[in-house]
Amino acid sequence: MSEVQEDLITEEIRSLIGVEWPPVVYEVERTGIRMWARAVGIEDPVFHDEAEARRRGFERLPAPPGFLGVPRVLPGQPEPGPPIRGLNPRLQRSLNGGTEVELCAPILAGDELVATSRIVEVKQRAGRVGPMLIITRETAFRRGQATVARVRATVINY
Amino acid sequence: MEQGQVYGEDVEPGQEIPEVVKRVTPRQLVMWAAASGDFYEIHYDADYARSVGLPGIVVHGALKHAFLGDLLHRWVAPGGRVVSFGCSYRELDRPGELRCRGRVRGVRREGTEHLVELEVWVEDAQGRVTTPGSAVVALPSRSGAEA
Repeated sequence: MSEVQEDLITEEIRSLIGVEWPPVVYEVERTGIRMWARAVGIEDPVFHDEAEARRRGFERLPAPPGFLGVPRVLPGQPEPGPPIRGLNPRLQRSLNGGTEVELCAPILAGDELVATSRIVEVKQRAGRVGPMLIITRETAFRRGQATVARVRATVINY
Repeated sequence: MEQGQVYGEDVEPGQEIPEVVKRVTPRQLVMWAAASGDFYEIHYDADYARSVGLPGIVVHGALKHAFLGDLLHRWVAPGGRVVSFGCSYRELDRPGELRCRGRVRGVRREGTEHLVELEVWVEDAQGRVTTPGSAVVALPSRSGAEA
């Protein structure tokens, strides 16, 4: 973990830290749940079969752990939330660094979750792949007034 | 596949949970891209992946995170729930066999539930831990609601 010689955290990047982005709606739908479960190889029928979901006490299909719906973004709109790639024009490549999810309440098909996110930390480091920025973004997912999930995502720009 | 409910009373620190083996194919990465909305080319376009210095297409980090969610769900279902889980993508994985594993760190009683802290990880076919993480799950109590 040697020091980076040049400061990669520009004034512009610094000014993004802590800023809350406009809310984005995430739609949780049964088709999306089934598609996600199938892609991961999740076999529990509770995520596929509504009769089984009801038998297990869910009114509708529950979301598998980690599925928080699909963001509603119009054509031409940027991806939701603060930018986490290409923040410094010199670092055009990126890799996912890590994901942490906290689930506070069951999420069900038909839910519309309102997500707000902000960059909470930007670090720089000289890594194996050269100088890099490590950006951490936190997103809170709410249904009405209740927070149902929190996500902490780390992205490496290099 | 069903092994019956695991209860908080049956869990001890150091215990390993049943592993889940995923045989990841390029097809699965395309399915994940569609399901997750992550269409970054390094996950399905080998020429693009090589052009940015990778050895070929690589498994989405978030898919490995979702694998750990599946690992935990299989262990706690139907009566328990996954409270939180996270991981770091320390090494890239190519398509192939990935083993998802977990070990209990500690258990504490909270109301009618038992909260179990675990170390979880994904390792490749060589046994190298590429994706270390941690998790908390809630398990029901054998004594039921009258805890």
